[in-house]
Amino acid sequence: MAVSVDEAVSTGPARDRGRPARRRGGRGRSVLEVALLTVLAVVMLFPVLWMIETSIKENRDVYAVPAEFFGFTVTMEHFKDVFVGPDGGRSALSVAFLNSVLVAGASTVLATLLGVPAAWAYSRFAVKAKKDQLFFILSTRFMPPVVVVIPIFLMYRQVGLIDSKLGLILIYAAYNLPFTIWMMKGFVDEVPSEYEDAAMLDGYTRLQAFRRHTLPLLVPGIAATAVFALIFSWNEFVFAIFLTSSDSVRTAPPAIAGLIGGTTTDWGLVAAASVVFALPVLVFAYLVRKHLIAGVTLGAVRR
Amino acid sequence: MAGIEVTALHKRYPDGTVAVEQVDLSIGHGELFVMLGPSGCGKTTTLRAIAGLERQTTGDIRIGDTLVNDLPPAERDIAMVFQFYALYPHLKTRDNLAFPLRAEGLPKSEVLKRVDEAARLMRLGPLMDRRPRQLSGGEQQRVALARALVRRPRAFLMDEPLTNLDAELRADMRTEIKHLQGELGATMVYVTHDQVEAMSLGHRIAILNKGRVEQIGTPLEVYDRPASLFCAAFIGSPPMNLIEVEVADGALRAQGGLALTPPPGLSRDCHLVAGVRPEALEVTAPGAERSVPARVVSAEWLGDEIIYVVDHGGQRDVRVRMPPTVRFDADAPVGLRHTGATPAVYDLRTEELVA
Repeated sequence: MAVSVDEAVSTGPARDRGRPARRRGGRGRSVLEVALLTVLAVVMLFPVLWMIETSIKENRDVYAVPAEFFGFTVTMEHFKDVFVGPDGGRSALSVAFLNSVLVAGASTVLATLLGVPAAWAYSRFAVKAKKDQLFFILSTRFMPPVVVVIPIFLMYRQVGLIDSKLGLILIYAAYNLPFTIWMMKGFVDEVPSEYEDAAMLDGYTRLQAFRRHTLPLLVPGIAATAVFALIFSWNEFVFAIFLTSSDSVRTAPPAIAGLIGGTTTDWGLVAAASVVFALPVLVFAYLVRKHLIAGVTLGAVRR
Repeated sequence: MAGIEVTALHKRYPDGTVAVEQVDLSIGHGELFVMLGPSGCGKTTTLRAIAGLERQTTGDIRIGDTLVNDLPPAERDIAMVFQFYALYPHLKTRDNLAFPLRAEGLPKSEVLKRVDEAARLMRLGPLMDRRPRQLSGGEQQRVALARALVRRPRAFLMDEPLTNLDAELRADMRTEIKHLQGELGATMVYVTHDQVEAMSLGHRIAILNKGRVEQIGTPLEVYDRPASLFCAAFIGSPPMNLIEVEVADGALRAQGGLALTPPPGLSRDCHLVAGVRPEALEVTAPGAERSVPARVVSAEWLGDEIIYVVDHGGQRDVRVRMPPTVRFDADAPVGLRHTGATPAVYDLRTEELVA
């Protein structure tokens, strides 16, 4: 379900491109455009729709051939199974969801706490070889997680961070930090340093000036950056599956993936778990959509 | 109020760029001192070093009798006005003014009194309950000035405060700042790249170039006798004509026959350049007394004056400022003569004033 967020982003520009063209082109053209976009939307959203349908179908309807779009019996059994285990206690999945909330939340807070002051420092001060340092920081994101997961696995085993929530929090924070620094530096650059200068002349230290005057102006930027970091940590799969193994530590993505395989796969449960997993990020992204757009379009317009 | 002494100031950034090579300034008590220069000349860095916002690499800064090298900005007892005003966006005008006083921890009644006083001085009455974004540029700048006033600092530092205003407002604010400075008897250091601002405001002007002081003097001194070729080319619009000359027969003679009165005490053996202001030359009818034959290359009609570009057979064409009543056509044969006093003379090699 990680895809849903990417979809939301990729359809955005497509719609934007449509708008001026509609003004320029004739009626036939606009009909064609709407038709194509509809097809695109259907193709993109069909898996999502199918996931939602599967999550509320009874198991025999899931396997029905030909597949039924309508007229199946609606059941909430799968959603119950997501949270309640076979023995009546908490299910392994619900533990995984709690782990996800904890790991994603903590790693985002950590990356923000470290990244915002760093971005401020890089924006405000003359640092030796600043460009090289910033490039180095960015370069740690050049590799996909798969490339570094083996060495990190070995290191984690040495220091005993294997199969621990702390280990995941640290690696996600490290992975989000470069992104946080770069994005926040853009936001800090937009806030005139004169506010801090003026506050320092008014009797504050530099840190106080930052906290009292620059930080409040950075809140929208911090929100946007944190949401991106949160979405990354929430969706992350590779580190999670390599570095954790026990049910009590696992986050939701490997836990859901673990439902597939074995002799039979309970697709209804997989779908229901995926819906539950996707919802928080969707709701969150919807709530902060304005900030997200600010983050995406930052620096696109020169003032 | 207090004077400011800057001694052997040098500023080098960690990345190796040198912003200030060497600057020595002695700014008097109650003086309006202008630092003028092109961008990157070090004027703003010098100002920020005085404010304490930058730490100089070497050199001393004294405000009054206090050596302030190691004091943070807040303890230097100075106020600064910025190019972008730097009013706190979330505070109303009233609170923006009160902010530095509250930061200082003054009692409420005193804060109120001082804010009212500054508001009256800058005529901010109707603006007191607005936030910065509801104010025009000129209004914001008046609030910024008032905020500098409330502290009753020992000196005011102004960093291009009028650059972001439109031309008309800029002229008004110029008058206002000059008036204010006179009224308060305040020591004021004013940084600008606008020579008109510098000439009209400054008691004295320091011209900076590449991190060094080229000249310090009153506006008239700076205009009449620029200390170097850089100053000569920087001050005045159009700038001074720089004419290569040789000493012969008791006069400075340029190619094409133009002769200028030599200043006393010239050494003969250097390459000389005479600096002649456009108003120290005159375009005449051809063959007029003491004139050399010349030709009008082009004319700029500015309404209250005409700037003629004249070819007199020298290496470079000269610019001549004439009243609008004296009219010659482009390409017309004319005469050119020098009417001003003894010109400033520079050594072409050292680029400095020799006499």
